[in-house]
Parts: sequence; C-alpha cells; structure tokens
Amino acid sequence: MTRSFLLATGVLLPASLLAILIALAYGSVAIPAGDLIAVIQGEGSRLHSTLVLELRLPRALAAFAAGGLLGVAGALMQVLLRNPLADPYVLGLSGGASVGALLAMLAGLSMFSVSVAAFTGALLSTVIVFGLAHGTGSWTPTRLLLTGVVVAAGWGAVISFLLAVSPTAELPGMLYWLMGDVSHARNPYPAWGVLVLVVLLALPLGRTLNVLARGPMQAAALGVAVRPVEWTIYVAAALITATAVMQVGAVGFVGLIVPHMLRLVFGNDQRVILPASALGGGILLTLADTLARTMIAPEQLPVGVITAMLGVPVFLFLLYRSR
Amino acid sequence: MPPHTADPQRHGDPHASSTESVHEAPGPDTLLATHDLVIDIPERASGSPIELTINPGQCWGILGPNGAGKSTLLHTLAGLRAARTGEIHVQGRSLPEYSRARLARELGLVFQKHHDGFPATVLETALIGRHPYLRPWDIETAEDYAQARAALARMDLAELEHRLVDTLSGGERQRLAIATVLTQNPRLLLLDEPTSQLDLHHQIAVLDHIRRIARGDRAAILVLHDVNLAVRYCDHLLLMFPDGKACWGPTRTMLVPSALERLYNQPLGVGEIDGYPVFMPRPD
Repeated sequence: MTRSFLLATGVLLPASLLAILIALAYGSVAIPAGDLIAVIQGEGSRLHSTLVLELRLPRALAAFAAGGLLGVAGALMQVLLRNPLADPYVLGLSGGASVGALLAMLAGLSMFSVSVAAFTGALLSTVIVFGLAHGTGSWTPTRLLLTGVVVAAGWGAVISFLLAVSPTAELPGMLYWLMGDVSHARNPYPAWGVLVLVVLLALPLGRTLNVLARGPMQAAALGVAVRPVEWTIYVAAALITATAVMQVGAVGFVGLIVPHMLRLVFGNDQRVILPASALGGGILLTLADTLARTMIAPEQLPVGVITAMLGVPVFLFLLYRSR
Repeated sequence: MPPHTADPQRHGDPHASSTESVHEAPGPDTLLATHDLVIDIPERASGSPIELTINPGQCWGILGPNGAGKSTLLHTLAGLRAARTGEIHVQGRSLPEYSRARLARELGLVFQKHHDGFPATVLETALIGRHPYLRPWDIETAEDYAQARAALARMDLAELEHRLVDTLSGGERQRLAIATVLTQNPRLLLLDEPTSQLDLHHQIAVLDHIRRIARGDRAAILVLHDVNLAVRYCDHLLLMFPDGKACWGPTRTMLVPSALERLYNQPLGVGEIDGYPVFMPRPD
C-alpha cells in the first residue's frame, strides 16, 4: 500500500503542477515558457502578469479544485455502491445541486444561501436515489443506474422549467453554467478548503472503505459500523458535489473517468485511490478547461462539453465490459 | 474422540421421530450463550427457542434442509440480524454491549457468498481480516502481512497471493474466505458451509484445521450439508427442522436415524466406518 501511495503521489503531484502551468501558458494568447517564468518571478510585462495572475491562475485553481472534488465524489460513490458506473452526474446529484442553486439564484438570495440550496438539492437527490434503489435487497447495477438516470432526467425537466421562466438576459450565462463552465468561477479557495478537508477525512477512512467494498454484511462482520459510515459518505458526496457545482456548474463524467483510470494503474486500495482521484480529477478538469479556452479561441466552449466527449465513450465501455 | 454410534434401541423405534435437547448451563469460560433465542424468519409464525452454550474446545455442527434458517441463525449470532426474541451473550456480555469492531475480534464469520466489488489481490483480501485490530490511521505492519500470508499458506493459497480474486475458481475463493477469517483470528468462528465448492482433499484439510483451532481456547460453529462430515468433526450438533423446531446436544445423542430422516425428509441407510456411523441416502 505504501509503495503504490508513494508512486501515485510521486507521479500525480508533478503532473498536477504541470497541468496548472499549461493552463497558465495557453489560452487565446499563448505565453512562451520564458515569459511565464518571468511572470511567476514577478518580473513579467504588465499584460502578461494581469493575464496569468488575475485571469488564468484563479480559473486554473478553480478548475483543479472542482475536478478534484468530482474525482473524489465519484470514487466514494463507486465504493459505496460497489459499482464502477456510479458518478455524481450520472446519478443525478449534480442535477439536484443545479436545481437548488438555480432556485436560490432566481429568488435573489445571497451566495451563501445559494450554496446551502445546492447542497440541499444534492443531498435530496442522494437520499432519493439510494433510498429507492436500495429497496429490500442489495443494490443491483441496473436498478441503481435506472433510478439515477430517471432522477437526473427529472432534475433536467425542472431545470428546463426554471430556464423557461427566467429573464431572457440571464439565459446564456445560466445555460453555460449548467453545461459546466469555469469562466464564472471567481474565488477558488472555498472549494480548495473542502477538497483538502475531504482528502484528509478520506485517508483514515480508506481502509474502512476497502472493507465496505466487500459488501455491507462482510464489512459489519469485520467490525465496520456500516450505517454511520454509509451516511458519512452520502453527506460527504452531496457536499462535495454541491461545492463542485457551485464552482463550475454541472460538469459530468470526471468522477467516472478518473477513478477508473487510476484503478487500472494503482490497484484498488482506497487509501491510494481517493487522494489520487483528487489529483487526477484536478489534472483532467484543468486540462479540459484549457482545451475549452483554446479550441475555438477567442470563443470558449463550456468545459462540460469536453468532459462529456471523453466520458461518454468511457461510460459505454465500462457498461459493455460489465455485461 | 470417542467413536459415535447411534443408540440401537432408538434406531429401531419408529416413534422416536425427534431427540431430546441437552442443555448445558453457561460457565465463566463460555464463549457464546443464547437464551430463549428465536430467529426472525418473516414467513415463519413460530419457532422453538434455542438455548445454546458454546464453550472453548467445542466444534458445533448445524444441520438442516434448505431454508431451515441455518444462515439466518449464524447471522443472528454474529449480531448482523435482529432476533425475534431472546438474548445472545458473547463471553458473558450481551451482544448490544459490543461495538462492531470489538465484536469482530471475538467472533468471525465466513459467509456463504462472497462479494468482490472491485478486483483486489488475494493477499489484499486476506489482509482485511486485520481490519478490526487497526486504528483509523494505522497501516498494516509486517506482522499483519505475516499473519495473512500464514493463513493463505494454511489454505494452500500461498502461490496465488498476487492473483486477482475475480480470477479464482469457486473452491479457491471459498478457501480465501476461510483464510481471511483465519487472519481475523477470532475466538469463535462461524462458518456457513465452509466446505461448499471444495474438492474432497480440501474439505478434509479445512475441517481438520478448524477442528485443530477449536481445541484449546477457541470454538467453531459450522453449517454443514454433509451429515457424515458433521459426525466426524463436530462434537455437538444442532438440528434445525423446516417447521422452526430445533434440537441440539452432544453428537452421539443426536444421531437418531429417524430424526435425521425427518430432518431431511429423506430415507437413510446406516452403516459404520472407523467406528463412526455413516448415513447414506436411499432412493424413495
């Protein structure tokens, strides 16, 4: 376990730094490496400094934090459901958070209230999906995915309704945010706070999650207090998803792609996979956002479009392979 | 072990359709005692209360047809299901007084089915048996690894430690589950059909090892489908009838052919090998 932990952090930490540097260097204007180093040392031109430090850095940090959160949320839910197809976007958590946030915004509430509303929406979605899919027996992949997809579709309808009754001037911004858009992210630090907190919580919980992945009965027989742990994960997943949605809107599939790729390389120890998913998710979303800014520059794509283009094939492949 | 023989008088008695249970009062060393225990099976209106006293050095066998509640009883004893009525005491303390982690150091359970959510290696799977002994921030020590490897070697799995569990055969997976509970090293082992899917050699190897563990200060409770293996390896038997009735006691008092025939609803022939009675199903 120690070896794969060191390997994972040894590879992913430098890669994270590199991803952020790439995000700083590329955009509608590319900045050569020499100029970028100058800016970081505080010696660059005024234009470059403004571009890098005031526009690109906060955005890169926001994308990284949100991606990390989505990666961890996916990894947590996959353990809880013992199913690699679980993901906050597929299961409708992101939809719940979006509806909560939209309602609060339309009501003209404060940013804090919007966050609370997003969390409430995500938690409600979690309870509905897990409650209904649980039924009397254990979760089956089909039952769970169907419940999640239907709940997500329900949230989608509510979102359409809210958009239909919204003031026309606000529509483009809302639409972009819903599709997943980092350009509105201003303050990345609350998301970083949640990310660090979640990873610190996940590390001591990791071994328990390894046992829980064997099923609730086996876990209980090995000394895990299953119910409290499950509820901790429900609430944590809702909090994480809501924080990510507040930051970058409903970006899908990060929680699906990242833990899956990492498992192929680093094995299945949650003590490795959870922190690795935080870094891997951060890297993916930072690079995806850079791509979204540069592909049709000076126009920008919503980052959710990029992650969906990557995520849909991965999801279908996983579903195909699981028969 | 003294040779077990069926009571010849009862053997010929057509009215002896059931046996008398033999109660033992719990003592200070008793590992597990039940009082007035009725397991909760939703479709069943009533069941006879079970009063078990499991002492160190004992190996109990649970026999009964499909659906008699054998697994449910094991899960209830392990605190994984609520009983309908009655109490369970583990080493003198009632079950609700234990935290799950504390209980997992006293009592280990091998399930009939094994779920592997994500592919893990054989060694990682055996190692989760150390979970009850580790605090949240602890990482498995060399000693924990040594115990897991020793258990794998006991179950003939040492060579497979780097294999992924989803590539194992049914019998190998079953032995891995037993290796995991050996790594857990509890004082009371509850095993739900530990010999299912095992070839003959491994059935005997597993039962020999469990019997060896259950000498000394430990005990085991095994759900078995093979009456003859139960006769060989278990010093006490609990017979669970489909109607919810149950009787229990030392093995030699329980081997009444008519009772076993009623238990399985199957005519049986009786022979003898090595001084043990052998029961062979007869076609109707």
